[in-house]
Amino acid sequence: MTAATSAPNASGTTLHALAAPDLVDALLGVREGDAIDVVRRSRPAAREHTQATLVALLDPVDDGAFAVADRLAVATFVVALHGGSPLHAVYEADLSPSTRALVATLAAQAGRPGPYGVFREPGLAGESVEGERWIAPTAEVGERLATALTHAALLVLRPRESQPEALRALLDAGWTREGVVTLSQLVAFLTYQVRIVAGLTVLAHSQQARQTNQQQSENSPGVPA
Amino acid sequence: MTSLHEHLIAHPDLDRPEHFTRANLDWVPWLEPPTVEELTEAQYEGLVERKRDSSPYFRLLALDPAVLAARTKADIDIFHTSSRDGDGLPRPERELAAAVASRVNGCVFCASVHARFAATLSRRPDDVDLLLERGADVAAEQLDERWSAIVEAAQALTVTPPRFAATHVDRLRAAGLSDEAIGDLISSAGFFSWANRLMLSLGEPENPPA
Repeated sequence: MTAATSAPNASGTTLHALAAPDLVDALLGVREGDAIDVVRRSRPAAREHTQATLVALLDPVDDGAFAVADRLAVATFVVALHGGSPLHAVYEADLSPSTRALVATLAAQAGRPGPYGVFREPGLAGESVEGERWIAPTAEVGERLATALTHAALLVLRPRESQPEALRALLDAGWTREGVVTLSQLVAFLTYQVRIVAGLTVLAHSQQARQTNQQQSENSPGVPA
Repeated sequence: MTSLHEHLIAHPDLDRPEHFTRANLDWVPWLEPPTVEELTEAQYEGLVERKRDSSPYFRLLALDPAVLAARTKADIDIFHTSSRDGDGLPRPERELAAAVASRVNGCVFCASVHARFAATLSRRPDDVDLLLERGADVAAEQLDERWSAIVEAAQALTVTPPRFAATHVDRLRAAGLSDEAIGDLISSAGFFSWANRLMLSLGEPENPPA
């Protein structure tokens, strides 16, 4: 469906995103017993199943409803909309050069701070923030992937503007019910994963800075007590 | 709504909520979920708990059972595991973080559920209602230091791009949160970036029967 390549294949090639036993740990540079490792392992099932969700999304039993190559293109686009996430290089690494360039161009067009949009609830009209309703160009990526990218931008940036018509657009472009559910899960999961990585990175750096300060104060000549 | 698609569902006469509320809202799907009778054993495994088959939301997500199973197990550990509350973030404050994310993203349904949990478990309904009625900025200004720090951090994690920073960690620590508790805050606010987008885009809330 797209020029994207490198889905898991018979020769044993593994996606960059699935190369590490735990992608979040790999990006954080977690070593066993680190302060941030202790935090992650204090919710062991959450840690394990965050990774399991990634595997279910990128190494599915059957990708007939949503090809893995297209999942990677959507993933790269979603992460790019968040700017500056270390996850971006991971997903981008499995795109062909042409798809990579195209996704970068489209994300640069669509990206802006969020969330914004018009509330569906009349009582919240005063909080509505009008803004760009970006639509992916079909000429370059084809109708199916274009509708997925349009939907991804809606979900990431102005989820409050979701309407049944957005699902109709996907169905009109040939998406099945199963495909719509997986697409929705992929985009929504990535907004979680980006925030877990961002939040834990800040916490890990704070822990490292605290440890360095403690070591310095232990090594410096003490004030007589 | 008329549809050429058999799987799109119209709700022309829905009694819709008009603002954020702690009322016991219902949720209706826009995309037709499998019926209980249609669910396969693989899809039941995706539900993890069989009783979740009463929810049209979970039956719809069961169309990708492997993803739903992993998501549900993460959800349960983030929100329902209580054995570590001594070190972690107490459940009412995990619910508060979920309510803040939902308020910021604009998910009236998710906000109603988690505001209700936060208000009941903390016995602080007025503070939770301040968040619902006035929003995260006002709540962060007016709530006590600990809840203000939690609201501010959860909001910073929710916006795009996230702007959670070392200053948030410092403030949370000063308010008495352990690093495990801060990890729980990151997980529970972050998880609602995921949940809000599913609930907002696959269906909509309905007022409870009068």
